[in-house]
Amino acid sequence: MTADPIFEFALRMGDNCLVLGQSVSAWCGHAPILEEDIALANVALDLIGQTRMWLGLAGEVEGKGRSADDLAFLRDARAFRNCLLVEQPNGDFGQTLMRQFLFDAWHHPMLKTLAGATDVRIAEIAEKSVKEAAYHLDRSTDLIVRLGDGSDESHHRMQAALDGLWSYTGELYAADATDEAIVVAGLSDIEEQYKDYTSKTFDEATLTIPDATFMHKGGKAGLHTEALGPLLADMQILQRSHPGAQW
Amino acid sequence: MATLAINPSIKEIWSWLEGVPDPEIPVVSVVELGIVRDVVRDGDSIVITVTPTYSGCPATAVIAIDIEQAIRRHGVDDVRINTQLSPAWTTDWITDGAREKLKAYGIAPPVEDTPCAGALRVRTPINCPLCNSTNTECISQFGSTPCKAHYRCKDCLEPFDYFKSF
Repeated sequence: MTADPIFEFALRMGDNCLVLGQSVSAWCGHAPILEEDIALANVALDLIGQTRMWLGLAGEVEGKGRSADDLAFLRDARAFRNCLLVEQPNGDFGQTLMRQFLFDAWHHPMLKTLAGATDVRIAEIAEKSVKEAAYHLDRSTDLIVRLGDGSDESHHRMQAALDGLWSYTGELYAADATDEAIVVAGLSDIEEQYKDYTSKTFDEATLTIPDATFMHKGGKAGLHTEALGPLLADMQILQRSHPGAQW
Repeated sequence: MATLAINPSIKEIWSWLEGVPDPEIPVVSVVELGIVRDVVRDGDSIVITVTPTYSGCPATAVIAIDIEQAIRRHGVDDVRINTQLSPAWTTDWITDGAREKLKAYGIAPPVEDTPCAGALRVRTPINCPLCNSTNTECISQFGSTPCKAHYRCKDCLEPFDYFKSF
C-alpha cells in the first residue's frame, strides 16, 4: 500500500456517502408518496453533507491541493473506493430501500465506533454523522418491517431485493490493512453487530436471508461493478465538460 | 491591516448575533439555536465559531454569510467564521425561550427519546403546537427541512412540524 491509510479510509467513507447520496437523490420528484420523496431527499442531503467532510479530510491528508469537489467530480471509477453495495442500481422502491437498510445497519455502528478513533479528524466527522445515520436507520428499519410484513406484493418485492443484494454486504465489514490501520477499539465487533441487527430485523419483517454464503468484494480496492460508470458519467458530466464551472 | 473602527465588547457582539435569525425558522436566532459556540478576539479580528446543525443543511452557508454581514453592519470589517464539528450540535442547546417561540410559530419543540440516544423506532407522544393535544401521530421522521419531522394531530386534524431531537 502506497497511499496514507487515512487518505484511503476517508475516500472509502466519503465515496460510500457520495455514491449512495447521488443514487438516492434521483428519487426526488419520483417517490411513491410525497412523505417518502421528502425523506429520500433528506437522507441524500445528509449523505452529501457527510461526503463533503470525508472527502475534505481525504484531500487535506493527501496534501496535493485537491478539494472535496475535485475528488468527487474528477476521479474515474477505478479511483473510487466505495463498497459495491451502494453502487447497485435504484431498481424499484423496494430495492432502493433494501440497499439503504443494508447500508444503514452497517453505517450506524461503524460511525459509532469511529467516534472513538485515535485520529481526532475521523472521530469528529463520525461524531457528527452518527446522529444523522441514527435517523436513517430508524426510517429504513421501520419501512423494511412494514413492507416485508405487509401485503403479498410488498413482501415479494422486499424478499426479491434482499435476495439480490445480500451478497454485497460482506464487503462492508470485511476489514483489510487500510481498515486495520485506523486505530479504534471495537472495529472487529461490527460484523457481529451487523449480523445480529439485520437478522433480528428480517425476522420481524418475515423476510429470509439467502442461504448462499458467497460475498462479492472489490469496491474498496477500486474494482467496481458495471453500475458505477453510468452513475459517475451522470454525476460528473458538468465538471468534465466545463472544468471549474461554478454556480 | 484592518483596524476596528469601533471597539465592541464580546458581550456586545453576542447581542448583535442575537439579532441574526435562522434563515429557515426566522422566529429564533442562531444564538438561541446553539449554532454560535464562541466569540473571541484575535488581534484586530473577531473570530466567531459556529457549528453546523445537519452536515448537509443548506442553511449552514447562509448562516455564515448572515453572521458576517451582521458584524460588518455594526462597523467591524475584520470578521472570521470558524466551523467546529465537535462537540456535535444537539437540540439540547436550544434555549427555553426559543422553544416557546418555536411552539408559538407552529413547530413542536424537541423532546427526549431520540434515535440519536439509541431509542430506535420509538415514537414519543408530541404535543400538538396548535391545540396541545397528545393525540398525534408521526407521519415521517423527515420533514420540510433536515431538522424537522412531519406530524399530524388527530384531534384538531392539523398537520404540523416537529423539531426533532438530535
